Amino acid sequence: MESFITTLVERHESQATRLLEMLREIQTTFHHISDDAIALLAAKVSIPRTQIISCIEFYSFLHRHYQGHYEILLSDSITDHMLGKQSLSTYLEDKLGLQPGQHNTHVSLNNTSCTGLCDQGPAALINGLAIANLNRQKIDQITALIQQEVPLSQWPASLFEIQDNIQQPGLVMKQPIMAGDSLKALFQCGLAEGLAEIERSGLRGRGGAGFKTALKWRFCAETDSTERFVVCNADEGEPGTFKDRVLLNRFADQVFEGMTLCAAIIGAKQGFLYLRGEYLFLYPKLHNILQQRRQQGLLGNAILGRDFAFDIEIRLGVGAYICGEESALIESLEGEPGIPRNRPPYPVTHGYLGQPTVVNNVETFLSAAAIMVYGADWFTACGSETSTGSKILSICGDCEKPGIYEYAFGVTIRQILNDCGAQDVFGVQVGGPSGSFIGADEFDRKLAFEDLATGGSFIIFNQQRALLDIVQNFTHFFAHESCGFCTPCRVGTRLLQKQLDKICDGHGSAGDVAELEKLCQLVKSTSHCGLGQTAANPILTTLQRYPERYEQHLKTIRYEPGFDLDAELEIARQLTGRDDPGAHLSQTGESS
Amino acid sequence: MTGYFKLDGRSIPFQPGQTIIQAAADADVYIPHLCYHPDFTPHGSCKLCSVQVNGRICSACTFPASDGLEVLSETSDLNARRQKITQMLFVEGNHFCPYCEKSGNCQLQAVAYHVKMLDSHFPHFFPQRPLDATHPDVLLDYDRCIFCALCVRASQEADGKNVFALSGRNINKHLIINSESGTLKDSDIAAEDKAVEVCPTGALLRRGQAYKTPIGQRQYDHQDIEQVSLQQEKAHDV
Repeated sequence: MESFITTLVERHESQATRLLEMLREIQTTFHHISDDAIALLAAKVSIPRTQIISCIEFYSFLHRHYQGHYEILLSDSITDHMLGKQSLSTYLEDKLGLQPGQHNTHVSLNNTSCTGLCDQGPAALINGLAIANLNRQKIDQITALIQQEVPLSQWPASLFEIQDNIQQPGLVMKQPIMAGDSLKALFQCGLAEGLAEIERSGLRGRGGAGFKTALKWRFCAETDSTERFVVCNADEGEPGTFKDRVLLNRFADQVFEGMTLCAAIIGAKQGFLYLRGEYLFLYPKLHNILQQRRQQGLLGNAILGRDFAFDIEIRLGVGAYICGEESALIESLEGEPGIPRNRPPYPVTHGYLGQPTVVNNVETFLSAAAIMVYGADWFTACGSETSTGSKILSICGDCEKPGIYEYAFGVTIRQILNDCGAQDVFGVQVGGPSGSFIGADEFDRKLAFEDLATGGSFIIFNQQRALLDIVQNFTHFFAHESCGFCTPCRVGTRLLQKQLDKICDGHGSAGDVAELEKLCQLVKSTSHCGLGQTAANPILTTLQRYPERYEQHLKTIRYEPGFDLDAELEIARQLTGRDDPGAHLSQTGESS
Repeated sequence: MTGYFKLDGRSIPFQPGQTIIQAAADADVYIPHLCYHPDFTPHGSCKLCSVQVNGRICSACTFPASDGLEVLSETSDLNARRQKITQMLFVEGNHFCPYCEKSGNCQLQAVAYHVKMLDSHFPHFFPQRPLDATHPDVLLDYDRCIFCALCVRASQEADGKNVFALSGRNINKHLIINSESGTLKDSDIAAEDKAVEVCPTGALLRRGQAYKTPIGQRQYDHQDIEQVSLQQEKAHDV
């Protein structure tokens, strides 16, 4: 191991910013990061061991203890559940003789947050590699391969097939650019005019927040600094979102061109594609495209023969939803746990290594590259006045044709539901768990920054779905993904989970619903970042629209304790060997 | 930039680079806090110093003061939130004031008095956390840690060491020690370190001090944390 780590550290030039890359490689090779590995790495990179430990304990895909050569993670998105995850999980658990969270000498089983395969679930990750459309037959195949200890590299490729499912391309996807065209157009009109063109297009950030792209680039360009950075945020972790996976599989060249365009305009020499770890399978392909672009003179020194040097490095995430938040992403790039920074200052002035940094979504760079070639008018002809252009959606859940759809901004929810063959619809979760739940009476609302904004997640639920199951799944997700930095989110999201579980488990009273709502308001208003500020949205948006769904779960009494009195006595019963009626208690208010 | 901002209707002057909490303290206005300490880089995590800045809730310890800001702090709404946040900190760990030797000198307890907290309101988590009693001069009771990171910062910024870090995520956040065994005895900690002194709760204790000052005669037994905090700020400025 020592020689492995020595070589590893040399290859990464002892840079502490590359800590997560090094940890990922150690994890892949040894299936855990041992105390010895931590000590060696700390000494060789000259960082405190605590920095390494806090990273391992922060990121879901890194472990301090050995968990077997095969690590199976089942995607736990609501869409996986809708596609029958639970019964498959039980089937797999029986075959392996393991419960989620357990491991034996050669295999571990656990759940993981949405893996971005919502249109082809239930999905799983095996040693980080994605498997879609899980069924009993595939589970039989997988368990047999594990039984025979076949190395993952020799598993049949068919197991790892992922579909793009592009159902309805629109403005941007229908007209991909030729590699280099965007940069040529930029150099032809000049940097200032190029930025002005992006400005005229009205392009706004496609991650969901909708900040004007040109304004961000201008702020960054105008900073007084010699070093600037471009970061493409491909950490799409919002459950129900998978458009960036498809965009990177199909149009990576254009995304890289958009980043290079931005670099030319703001004056950056280095860019990063922060790719979520769940999309590890895309890495080799993306790496090759970058290599190709270097050969074509579109990256590297003297791009297109000009005095312009820029290159892009791919950095992989290691399992943390919070890294989709731009300042947490930057912390992660620097080799730290992904904890959102205090703002101001914003990344545009103090980003990567404290230098001005533009962080944009995959789709934003894709669109920017196209705007440079086809012009602002081409873009503004589509969409509404305040939301120009198109939006690419990841549609999943209860519909006939899940997949990727591109729409002009301003399209109604009803139109989208018609197109994807959704029937008997109860509601739609627009923008993922952090967005809002829309009911049938709101289907004439429009997709736009001024009405319903979304980063791309669009999950459809039919009348048969139990609303509280959905809300519970989302609420547990946030409690799990909270970075734990600030009190209201760290404690509050877990209290929300407890309080909602109490109601769902049939132990709630009217007072509990009122209390739940108050807690939601507190978490929403005082949390440090977007995660905490939106973690209560699933409860708030449904409680407001469907109070009766919550009331159905309530007991009629006014007060219910937060725990099951009788269950609490179980240990005492076991210790005393009693099970007579006197060793049991009923809940307050009930007489048995 | 210098100038004035409005805090609960009062005009507060500020110096260049000051945050809202610093300028407020200079003007003798207390904003409740736990993770903030004037000697160290602000952290902004406890959220007790949440104030409304031009309508938006921000942390007073990290938000830069600027001319013309409208800041609200002592409103019934914000005080209610502070009380709830304090209650969250109490239920998250295991805080048994009656037998804690920090009682009376504990800032968590004092803030609870200040925000008029009478019960814990939320269900307790009762986490199982070990005790680090390995060091002859310093005791670490993880039960009482509130993840303010003051020891982390003090160890780095004042002691020139790097004894502590926060690790893990969500409710599993925990303090870790920079030593081979992960315990204090193998670390660089010393009893006189600022990192020990600065702990706002009874998580880090200097041994052998327990009841030198009897309960009833301690810092917050007869004085609200508001006065104590402002006096300390004054002493700090001198």
